[in-house]
Amino acid sequence: MDLIIARPEGLYCPPGDFYIDPWRPVDRAVITHGHGDHARTGHQHYLATAAGAGILRKRLGEHINLQTLEYGESLQHHGVNISLHPAGHVLGSAQVRVEYQGEVWVASGDYKVEPDGTCTPFESVRCHTFITESTFGLPIYRWQAQQQIFADINQWWQSNAEQNRASVLFCYAFGKAQRVLSGLNQHIGPILVHGAVEPLNQIYRQAGIALPLTHYVSEIEDKAQISKSLVLAPPSAQGTPWMKRFGDYSDAFASGWMQLRGTRRRRGVDRGFILSDHADWPGLQTAIKATGAERVFVTHGQIHPMVRWLCEQGLDAQAFVTEYGEEAAEAETDFAAESALSPEPSANTSSANQPAAEIATTTATTATHPHLRQKARRT
Amino acid sequence: MKAFADLYYRLDATTSSNAKLAALRDYFLLASAADAAWAVYFLAGGRPRQLVPTKLLRALTLSASQLPEWLFEESYHAVGDLAETMALLLPDASHTSNQGLASWVENNLLPLRGLPPETLSQQLLPLLLQLDQRSQLVCIKLITGSFRVGVSRLLVTRALAAVAGIDAKRIAQRLVGYTDLAARPTAAHYLKLIAPVHEDGETLSEGQPYPFFLAHPLQLPTEQLAAILGGPEDWQVEWKWDGIRAQLVKRDGQLWLWSRGEELVTERFPELHGLLQHLPDGTVLDGELVVWKQGQVQPFALLQQRLGRKTLNSKILQNLPVVLLAYDLLEWQGQDWREQAQSVRRTQLEEIVLSCQQPQLQISPLISGASWQALDKQRAASSSLGVEGFMLKRKDAHYGIGRTKDVGVWWKWKIDPYTADAVLIYAQTGHGRRASLYTDYTFAVWDSPQDNPERKLLPFAKAYSGLTDAEMREVDAIIRKTTLEKFGPVRSVTPTMVFELGFEGIALSSRHKSGIAVRFPRMLRWRQDKPVAEADTLQSLQALLPQAASPASQEVDES
Ligand SMILES: [Zn+2]
Ligand SMILES: [Zn+2]
Repeated sequence: MDLIIARPEGLYCPPGDFYIDPWRPVDRAVITHGHGDHARTGHQHYLATAAGAGILRKRLGEHINLQTLEYGESLQHHGVNISLHPAGHVLGSAQVRVEYQGEVWVASGDYKVEPDGTCTPFESVRCHTFITESTFGLPIYRWQAQQQIFADINQWWQSNAEQNRASVLFCYAFGKAQRVLSGLNQHIGPILVHGAVEPLNQIYRQAGIALPLTHYVSEIEDKAQISKSLVLAPPSAQGTPWMKRFGDYSDAFASGWMQLRGTRRRRGVDRGFILSDHADWPGLQTAIKATGAERVFVTHGQIHPMVRWLCEQGLDAQAFVTEYGEEAAEAETDFAAESALSPEPSANTSSANQPAAEIATTTATTATHPHLRQKARRT
Repeated sequence: MKAFADLYYRLDATTSSNAKLAALRDYFLLASAADAAWAVYFLAGGRPRQLVPTKLLRALTLSASQLPEWLFEESYHAVGDLAETMALLLPDASHTSNQGLASWVENNLLPLRGLPPETLSQQLLPLLLQLDQRSQLVCIKLITGSFRVGVSRLLVTRALAAVAGIDAKRIAQRLVGYTDLAARPTAAHYLKLIAPVHEDGETLSEGQPYPFFLAHPLQLPTEQLAAILGGPEDWQVEWKWDGIRAQLVKRDGQLWLWSRGEELVTERFPELHGLLQHLPDGTVLDGELVVWKQGQVQPFALLQQRLGRKTLNSKILQNLPVVLLAYDLLEWQGQDWREQAQSVRRTQLEEIVLSCQQPQLQISPLISGASWQALDKQRAASSSLGVEGFMLKRKDAHYGIGRTKDVGVWWKWKIDPYTADAVLIYAQTGHGRRASLYTDYTFAVWDSPQDNPERKLLPFAKAYSGLTDAEMREVDAIIRKTTLEKFGPVRSVTPTMVFELGFEGIALSSRHKSGIAVRFPRMLRWRQDKPVAEADTLQSLQALLPQAASPASQEVDES
């Protein structure tokens, strides 16, 4: 019997009567991770990892009815055994394992197989049927080790700092920003963050993830230091008046999409760093293989090539129609969620007004980014 | 190779000229002279002929990556660039080659030319697997002849000038003809490019031309010209010819003819070889090559036909005779005259052409007028004379380099495009955003005047730009309502809509039913006021043809 099916509300488990990452309000929702296209407001009950609770509460509200599980811990519901396993995507991200009458299904959510210091590394879970994402499901996507990418980022920063130019690195506020932070060499100069990034850093720090010291630009008294700094900002800050304070800066974008020259050029930044929180093509193949599953459902990204490829490899592969988005969609929903937060002065922050002002500018510009909205709708 | 690939990535990643300049400077400072020689060659637009067929590379990528063809196609679709797709799909490098660009090109790549496919397949993969992904991409682009990167020649010139510590104009001068080298670019060539300047100035070697000075478009209403340019008496006014810009160099008893692409074209124009006896050594003329008959310039299309011929027989030379219309003097008696005033150069040029007395060398005549308005009236005759408008050159200006504006400016004051009122008869859906709308149209004119009751509409042009989105939707709705027939994506419609079309050129063509071809047609406006019966006729289009090209004087077939 099918333990998980696609319904208009989201992926649904009939014997357990619950949904996984539903996009319409439901009674019971199991949430794989806090990205906006997976974690939405309006459900009656939430189940998620303990590691991801901080993010969920911050984004969906402190009042949500949230039950948590440790990784590997399980729960019985209507005779269905539910457990959550590390997906290696962002802090608290999980694969959902569902077992009923000896049949095992795993829904991956978003995942990345390369371990990084900012979340629990991906763990393969054996199952009969695997529901996989396929964001980068084409053989042109093969990532280099993150140490190499961090070295490139630090080198770029260093050479800019030597020429007294600030280095502005655009990346998604939740997950990517913290991963980049963890790889930065603090000896090069100060690390500045946009108001949309810092609240998430705080959550990571509270979860015990060591991140370098960060500042708001307003806290920098010696303005000459700005030209030595690395600035972490969300993509939607690009081209906004907020950028003016950095003078003649060099900019870069960190994302798996930077793998292609075309996307890099369309971004209009000086550098593209290929750093993704999703599995690359070889990663997807190994992960799928390691589950031992004979049936595979593909949820988002390059669905059709992946389904056809898996079928040619002798698996029973099909597509699930979902409303999970690509990184761009996640970025946009990040913003919707971020603007709803009232930023609190953080441990590193002395001024509460500054981040509020910064967020105001970025939300205004999100609304004027039609291509992001369109992309969100398409997927 | 790696350093050059990194340079390619830096240039490719940015749109800022300063960042590109910095990347070029960094590269040239570190590169060996031999590598730099090839880098200059490729960056300045030099391209060796294709060494390896794209098809073979594609097959090689498929077998090396062990992917099915459909997945290659999916990947190519996502990437949009064939060389890049192949580089992304090839296996990772087994080790990274430290060989420089010159060694790669000369020892590894050039020897591939002409190898039988089996040998090529065997040799190519091990070669490519010595390169990291970026170098692979650049290498594939080099061997398939698709290497292009967004740097202008001027930028390369400026970077070299900065590296060599000499004037950019000097570099530009030395760079002329560099990509036309019959021999391979060598360290010696590069060292010559960046060599220090000798006190006594530099005499150009052999037939080397000067960098061309290029014109800028003048887009101002006639009433404003006086305010911006001053009176016409300060300007040298000439026709703007529609031919091939060229420099004629006579030195050391030899003659060279260079086109604006800095290609040596001496052999293509044997009728000019006779000038060898009539021009003194140390003379360089700037002008336009045109087909010239009965005292009149002929359409550009005829010149193109001549260029298209592999061999020039006497019939062609007779039917399509070429002259050089000289308009500037760059070197005289072995001296560089570019810093002389335009009027001084002109006076001397007139003397030279006059004393030369050869019909293949003519002077481009001057036009005078008391005011810009008066000149504008004369300019209106341009299309009937087969020219594109006027060139305006300040009488006291020097001859600059490329599109510089610091020592004087040449303006091209072009005539308005031709126009005609035409009827929409076929429509096709557009692409991308416009895929659901009928936006690509075929237009027709009447084959005879209104008094002929039997007359028909003859298609003569296609256009898809010039309407607003709202107009496009409105036209789309009418097309759907008036459809006569559908063939695939194309619909024929009942003729109800008239549009004013603009185009930049018109010529005879045996390939078109109407016998006429127009260049760059676009919709200027929708003439909702005009009934279909009042649209233009073939006769009114023919009247726009330059006189020399009217059917009566047509002598050359188009086969
Ligand atoms: Zn995600
Ligand atoms: Zn996702």
